[in-house]
Amino acid sequence: MKEEYDIIVVGAGPAGSIAARYAAQNGAFVLVLEKDRDVGYPVRCGEAISREGLEAFIKPDKRWINAEITKFGFVAPNGKKVVINLGKVEGYMLERRIFDYELAKTASVAGAEILTRAYVNDLIKENGKVAGVKFEFRGEQKQIKCKIVIGADGVESRVGRWAGLETHIDFRDMESCFQVTASNVKCDQDALFFYFGKEVAPEGYFWVFPKGKGTANIGLGVSGGVGKKRSALSYLNNNLENFFPTANILTQVAGGVPSVVALEKMAAPGIMLVGDAARQVNPLSGGGISSGMIGASIAGRLAAQSIKNNDLNYINNYHKEWKKLRGKKHDFLDKIKDGLFNFTDEQFNNLIESMLKLPEKKRTVGRFFMIALKNKPSLLKEIAKVFVV
Amino acid sequence: MLSYLPIQLIPILPIKMNYRQAKTGKLLIDILPNKCDFCGCCVGVCPEDAIELKEAEIYIIDPRCTNCAKCIWSCPIEVIKFNKEGVLEK
Repeated sequence: MKEEYDIIVVGAGPAGSIAARYAAQNGAFVLVLEKDRDVGYPVRCGEAISREGLEAFIKPDKRWINAEITKFGFVAPNGKKVVINLGKVEGYMLERRIFDYELAKTASVAGAEILTRAYVNDLIKENGKVAGVKFEFRGEQKQIKCKIVIGADGVESRVGRWAGLETHIDFRDMESCFQVTASNVKCDQDALFFYFGKEVAPEGYFWVFPKGKGTANIGLGVSGGVGKKRSALSYLNNNLENFFPTANILTQVAGGVPSVVALEKMAAPGIMLVGDAARQVNPLSGGGISSGMIGASIAGRLAAQSIKNNDLNYINNYHKEWKKLRGKKHDFLDKIKDGLFNFTDEQFNNLIESMLKLPEKKRTVGRFFMIALKNKPSLLKEIAKVFVV
Repeated sequence: MLSYLPIQLIPILPIKMNYRQAKTGKLLIDILPNKCDFCGCCVGVCPEDAIELKEAEIYIIDPRCTNCAKCIWSCPIEVIKFNKEGVLEK
């Protein structure tokens, strides 16, 4: 460990590792601080990722891919289901325990140092700019100075707040999740299944994603508004009993997804936020690995370039680049999410019914949401606004 | 039954009750650390930055808490409790 670094990344999830890798590749001295004792554990994630999103950052490897996804399935509250065949491999199910570690390895190979069990509890500020971090390591309080801090500390991010960024998330936008991995689950090993309904997962969805050999990642998310009355855990227990009574639980964990568009302000002097910390999550699906990695790659590169050019204001381009690559798309998806949130069970039933009426070849994921929109004409107006802006 | 109690214990029974102090009066929220999964939902929704979460350690920073209850609503496993009587200090 050196006395001073160019860039310190807080958190070694996918976003943290990618930010560190891109920063190191662009010539910066990088240190990654991770609060847990290992990278990639515990897994708080549905573990599905699109093929495109993954392949942009790492070559798919059998060691951490559990299943190849060629189908999407949607299940209505009345039990009817529609399966959409994508025709080819469009997504993967990851083994995050190994995947996160492999990503961290690529950061390390690029030149970043990684320190686990280092709990960041404050920032060093100098002349109104973030200039380093304070952290607890093996029972000792330490501090290291740096030019730029990249906060990749996930849904529970506090680094941004300490720098004066408004990162707290409205409880209605927080999807409280509970998930299990289980064996002895009868499910298609090449399809992602989404269940909807007020009894199943109000203001969210219940997922069943295959993990190979009859195992699956099963979980659900409900919004904080729902959680006021009933917790995610109790909904999940209910669903497991109804849909998979014979499942053997292997692991179980709680988690949270900030299902909302990214922060207005993701950077301040000397600090940038990436991944869940910056709310770079697909607001409709709650998927955050690939968009987090995209955000992180922009941040890592800009941070290293700004140090190389000796112009720390260069990081202010972050928001513009994010907007171009993902931001606009997320604004759009957020509107669809708002619409689906308010769907009644009957509307979901009708939606699946209209999909089933289509010939199999015409069933696409895009069409699914198009029909959803037709059910809510008011939503079209909202979406039009997004495109006008 | 009472006669089985060691005599020294009897004067200690009325424990002195000290309420932990939140920013807005009595602290009414308590996180049950033994049942917590350390997922961070509560930290994300806390408007006051009043929750400290380490690898497997969680607690409320009392003077910052405003008893707004958002952490309770967002907890996926109901291990944050609202206690109308106030949280007792040991």
